[in-house]
Amino acid sequence: MVRHARFDFHRLLASALPLLRMKNRVLPVVPALTLLAMLGPVMAGLYGTILPAFGHLPAAGLVGPNLHAFRALAAWPGLPRSVTLSLTTGLAMTAIALTLVMLLVAGWSGTKAFRALERLLSPLLSVPHAAAAFGLAFLIAPSGWVARLLSPGATGWTNPPDWLIVQDPWGLTMTLGLVVKEMPFLLLMTLAALGQTDAVRARSISAALGYGRTTGWLKTVFPRVYAQIRLPVYVVLAYGMSVVDVALILGPNTPPPLSVQIVKWMGEPDFTARLLAASAALLQLALVVSALGLWCIGELVFSRLGLVWINSGHRGARDAPIRAFALTGGILSALSVLLGLIVLAVWSFAGYWGFPDALPDTFNVKTWLRQGDGVLSALAETALIASVVTLIALILTVGCLEAEYRHRRTLSQRGLWLLYLPLLMPQTAFLPGLQSLLLNVGADVGRMPVMLAHLVFVLPYVFLSLADPFRAWDTRNAAVAAALGAGPDGVLWRVRLPMLLRPVLTALAVGLSVSVGQYLPTLLIGGGRVATLTTEAVALSSGGDRRAIAVYGLMQTGAALVPFGLALLIPALVWRNRKGLSHG
Amino acid sequence: MKSLALIAALALPLAAQAQTNPADWDAVAAAAKGQTVYWNAWGGSTTTNDFIAWIGNKVQDEYGVTLEHVKLTDTADAVTRVLAEKQAGTDTDGAIDMIWINGANFAAMKDAGLLYGPFAEQLPNWQYVDVTGKTVQTDFTVPVEGYESPWAMAQVVFIYDTADIAEPLSSMQAILDWSTAHPGRFTYPQPPDFLGTTFLKQVLVDTLDDPSVLQQPATDENYATVTTPLWDYLDKLTPTLWREGRAYPATGTAMFPLIADGEIDLSTSFSPGAATAAIANNELPDTVRTFVLDKGTIGNASFVAIPYNSGSAEGAMVVANALLSPEAQARAQDPEILGYGTVLDMNKLDDTQRGLFDALDLGIATLSPADLGTVQAEPHPSWMTRIADDWATRYGVAQ
Repeated sequence: MVRHARFDFHRLLASALPLLRMKNRVLPVVPALTLLAMLGPVMAGLYGTILPAFGHLPAAGLVGPNLHAFRALAAWPGLPRSVTLSLTTGLAMTAIALTLVMLLVAGWSGTKAFRALERLLSPLLSVPHAAAAFGLAFLIAPSGWVARLLSPGATGWTNPPDWLIVQDPWGLTMTLGLVVKEMPFLLLMTLAALGQTDAVRARSISAALGYGRTTGWLKTVFPRVYAQIRLPVYVVLAYGMSVVDVALILGPNTPPPLSVQIVKWMGEPDFTARLLAASAALLQLALVVSALGLWCIGELVFSRLGLVWINSGHRGARDAPIRAFALTGGILSALSVLLGLIVLAVWSFAGYWGFPDALPDTFNVKTWLRQGDGVLSALAETALIASVVTLIALILTVGCLEAEYRHRRTLSQRGLWLLYLPLLMPQTAFLPGLQSLLLNVGADVGRMPVMLAHLVFVLPYVFLSLADPFRAWDTRNAAVAAALGAGPDGVLWRVRLPMLLRPVLTALAVGLSVSVGQYLPTLLIGGGRVATLTTEAVALSSGGDRRAIAVYGLMQTGAALVPFGLALLIPALVWRNRKGLSHG
Repeated sequence: MKSLALIAALALPLAAQAQTNPADWDAVAAAAKGQTVYWNAWGGSTTTNDFIAWIGNKVQDEYGVTLEHVKLTDTADAVTRVLAEKQAGTDTDGAIDMIWINGANFAAMKDAGLLYGPFAEQLPNWQYVDVTGKTVQTDFTVPVEGYESPWAMAQVVFIYDTADIAEPLSSMQAILDWSTAHPGRFTYPQPPDFLGTTFLKQVLVDTLDDPSVLQQPATDENYATVTTPLWDYLDKLTPTLWREGRAYPATGTAMFPLIADGEIDLSTSFSPGAATAAIANNELPDTVRTFVLDKGTIGNASFVAIPYNSGSAEGAMVVANALLSPEAQARAQDPEILGYGTVLDMNKLDDTQRGLFDALDLGIATLSPADLGTVQAEPHPSWMTRIADDWATRYGVAQ
């Protein structure tokens, strides 16, 4: 028996050796694989955009290169306004959101009010953009909830005023909608960066020197924080300039922002419109690049002025009103999303609800019952795509980070840029090209290509979410485990990942919510066959059935929020008797 | 010679490939069993979506055909898809098996050989269709020739809130006068939405002394002269519109909440029963009624077409046939469900079938067939295309 067992053991070892060796060969290529998954579709999509932009679309019998499409684009009467809208909404939104977040952190970080607001804002990060936009529209439209609550008592209105609030030609409402959705993102990025800036000591020193709370923070901590959150700020800018779903819901349509017009042209039966869309996509890319350039120049100017201001030695006498302003902004922003979700809930159960009644005449579950089947199948599709994509993203991310750890390869600054590239690239610039390309190679439309497209956007977020906690893990644990006989794989699977349960689950939740919220990749790459909660909700928006929109918007929010809840709950349960681990 | 003929046969484009003969219904039904039909139809209306789901259950039970509703925001998306597939050489099993299609897209697709057929007049339920009284054999003046199958009749009606407007308005001029006196209380969907362009055509038909010129294709010579009254009208109307014409609702149903909230008092619909259905659905107040103009309003049929590269053409024919069944037609006409006009001829139905329609209570806001008055023919699609483009330039990129 014993001899037998020993024999088996040797054979087992011998047969496992090649496997292990292969594993060692797989791990080092994971970073390259990850880059390919992230950048491959972007590059392919750009290639698929450039050719038709210059009139080259052999499939349609059009051979270039020529500049017809660009000439047609220049001749489109809506172009100046469309381009202006893209620029102004993107730049204004980024500037407002960044200013508010910085003033909020400067004036309030470390206080009770700040912790409360932080707890309020964090879950809002995962509320899908479309749902937040619907909520905002239902809130602030002339016939929205705010007007209903104030009418007729405070306003005297028995009919809503003829005010152009939602879809205003200047894109103000759209800017507002983006601000409230991007603020939580910037806030979380800032809080993550704060840890590396020695902010607490900086504040005590500046306070000792007599600087006000806000002024002291802006002069000592802000420069260091900003250096850390530059890339996320650029992402916000690029996103705001090319967003489609929020622009469809809140943005103007006479004419729409350039990104929406590109999607409209992609949908026209005439093939030359596709060339027009491609040339506009390149223009969109140029716009984003210019805006980023403009922003960088702004950074330079700002840092010069800031130096002068810092050297002036002003202690900040006007801190109090600025602090009040920042807190009001933060609260209003959080409230508008929260109240928006509440009004969605009210609409989803509403019977007849005329203006200016504050609440519907009756409540019923009719809408939920009617939408039930459709919502459930869209939920299943959404969940399937999101889970597969997020799981792949997590495996690649852990592979990258473990390769980095084992082979001591740290991500350079250039590598970080590559990570951010898919997020900086306007979606409307490469997704249309990717669709044409997929069609040309005869790839079937449907779930698989959609998953690949989602992976492009999910991967960077999962990576960014997991990288810091993974690297911050105390490697002395690995030394202890190795001393007890664990190999590198054992350390990873049995020590490191279990200890990192909470950040891993958080990364999963981030990935899921990013996938749930994707509109354009699902629409364009899915060829209309892939119906997720987001595409269904945005499709309903054109019909104006507020009850149905509300049901889909709520389900969409739920699909994104539930994983976050689980990411909090599961570690608390698993580590209920391991106090040191429950905070990841 | 024999081999030459074989080569010639092989070289035939796949589009002409003979699928199951539509006239052999048993063979169609046999081939359809187990097929999945992707029906690309506008998905912005809950009531329509519910109806399509009901049809899906019906064909599943009766023929084993699975119907998937691909919800579109714009029918043109589906047309683009088929066109793109043809360019890419995807000549079999394309993404789309059936399209809820409108006139301009039908003309374009038929012209480009993107449609399967003829099949419509071979469907078993075609025997009930009213081919003389309803415009089911031409679509926007283009002969249908069996390349699409009708399933609902639509006619322009104006929806108004009797709480704000006492009497129906008799003409487009009367509507302009009313809107001038009540600024901000009227709007129409933004062209190229089909109801928006239909409104423009309705203006043109109603303001022209002789609208028969619209039955011929627009020419470079007559286009400017014929459309002058339209642009004059819109120049006067636009500043009086909701939001002064700086924003428009996306679709017809998007105007329901505007009426319910009291933002507007007057709107249009292409479905005579839609207002009643919306009242039942809590989307409109029960003071809403409908009217048509004295000279009548534009009407047309809704069709479904099958792309040439559908891999489930038989299944799609089964669905098209199910849509024409008296049971489905009566259900579609039920204002509690859809409120769409039927394409069937009541005289061709037996008593039981007719009973389905007689039992319907059309509802408080639906005009009876007699009250709907004269149906005016759709202009040739070339008018609509040019007018929609010009509208976008004049009003769609307003400063």
